[in-house]
Amino acid sequence: MATITNAQPAAAAVPAPAAPRKRTIGLAWLWFTLAALFLILPLLAMVWSSVTTPRGFTLNAYTEILAEPEFGSRFMFSFGAALLTITLSTLLVVPTAYWVTLRLPRVRPVIEFLTVVPLVIPPLLLTFGLIRFFNSTPLTNSQNGLYVMMIGAYVILSFPYMYRSVDAGMQTVNIRALTEAAQSLGAGWGIILRRVIFPNLLVSVLNGSFITFSIILGEFVVSSLLNQPAFSPFMLDLSYREADQATALGIISFVLTWISILAIQIIGRGRASANITGAR
Amino acid sequence: MTTIAPPQTPAPPALVRTFRRPAFNIDWLGLLPFFAFIAAFLFFPAFSIVQRALTDSTGTITFGNLGGLTNPVIVQAYRSSVIVSLITAFSGVVFGGLLSWAITLGGLPRWLSNSVLSFCGVAANFAGIPLVFAFSALLGRLGLVNQLLRPTGVFIDPQTWLYSMAGLCIVYTYFQIPLMVLIMTPALAGLRKEWREAAENLGATQGQYWRYVAFPILLPSLLGATALLFANAFSTYATTQALLGAMAQTFAVTIVIANQFRTDTFGDPTLGYTLAFSMMIVIGITIAMYTYSRRIAERWLRRAE
Repeated sequence: MATITNAQPAAAAVPAPAAPRKRTIGLAWLWFTLAALFLILPLLAMVWSSVTTPRGFTLNAYTEILAEPEFGSRFMFSFGAALLTITLSTLLVVPTAYWVTLRLPRVRPVIEFLTVVPLVIPPLLLTFGLIRFFNSTPLTNSQNGLYVMMIGAYVILSFPYMYRSVDAGMQTVNIRALTEAAQSLGAGWGIILRRVIFPNLLVSVLNGSFITFSIILGEFVVSSLLNQPAFSPFMLDLSYREADQATALGIISFVLTWISILAIQIIGRGRASANITGAR
Repeated sequence: MTTIAPPQTPAPPALVRTFRRPAFNIDWLGLLPFFAFIAAFLFFPAFSIVQRALTDSTGTITFGNLGGLTNPVIVQAYRSSVIVSLITAFSGVVFGGLLSWAITLGGLPRWLSNSVLSFCGVAANFAGIPLVFAFSALLGRLGLVNQLLRPTGVFIDPQTWLYSMAGLCIVYTYFQIPLMVLIMTPALAGLRKEWREAAENLGATQGQYWRYVAFPILLPSLLGATALLFANAFSTYATTQALLGAMAQTFAVTIVIANQFRTDTFGDPTLGYTLAFSMMIVIGITIAMYTYSRRIAERWLRRAE
């Protein structure tokens, strides 16, 4: 940004603001240190409490939780739900974003708005809305029906991240030119989507997928209200019985979240990722 | 704009049309799956809460259900929810804002700023059950702080400082700060160097620059962030439930709502839906404020370009 430099001579005429500058950096370090303490200490305490007993250092909490069969089944349940959600969300978002970019650019603000709404609708309200709306349909009468509702809610919750990520990716590749090229080679819509659009948006889709994954793994409200054997409710139940194991599990889930976010940053390399909030 | 004629003979799965007729066109059908999904899993469910809250058992429209909200238990829960949300919105804005300032304008090394941003991405997401474990490990009866303080004889009572309203504020602040950093960093990074230079050339001190230039520009962003953080705290459920267990219901509206639907307690679904409706209004107002102030903030930044 070195376009307008005529301010520099004037700035040099002003007594160089050296003293405040030093103070600025000092203040910055102070605030950073305080915030870092507040944000890191609870994590350290958690790690500490998971590896100590009155008798000393131990990794028992970890070995026990990893050996616990319910841990595996609950984790796989949430993992499966996340995969299903990501698949459905991708199938809904990618063609829609593609179609909007290509044919209906006027609708883009509307879609954008609709995909941000789930960020502000508390999952609690969404869940009760679903229960109310599907009241006395097959969806609320059976465990499978509740599962469908949960996945539906998850897909909705994934939209903000999925859509923004895909839409941003869509703006960086020339969708129109790619489409025309594919069409002039005789490709139909199915082939264009599958062989041209998806591969070009893979990074964006992965980006959205990792956020979705970490959110669903930590998700508590929807699954507990719909009585689903998900990962987070299991963690809370466990904390009443085996506090140390539950803490170990909390650390494992934190590490998994960390890995997902790291993956996004590595894949996205510097591209700004969407704000992340979930699992309130 | 007359009759809806069959779209001009569908040209062979044609080249991309570069112009469109303004009338209804078949392209809209491509959005059907998405809109159908949104309708089934977002719009109608939200609408059905409103509908249920505003009708009586015979289906006629009434505001009578809203009377249930004056129940002392609910008033108490609302009061606590609002207080905690306000306090943590402010603490998040202040501390998160300062951290955000430190990593953008404070002159910290670049790698450190980037690490803070990455960490905030994770930490804003680190809410709910594991967060409560972390704070129990820190401030609990046998937590790190009390273990370290034991030689001094000081005891931080978790009943006062953790499993209480103060505890809620402390724990919520943990995810409010990173969220604030994520929201505020772009705004702070958008402050032009030229503005500061212009102010300094006109003889402004550091304090004057912040008071008369930077602060007014940032004000809409700050207000928007406050609104968003308020909504964020107000709709928290998992953290509250995990921290306070059976006591949670006096502290948060969300818990009271959820309890109305439990089969094992004497819940009242009508009250639950009415409460849910009232909460939708609170969140709706807050988000409207957020959207409005964001628009003003963006207008400012656009004008600057």
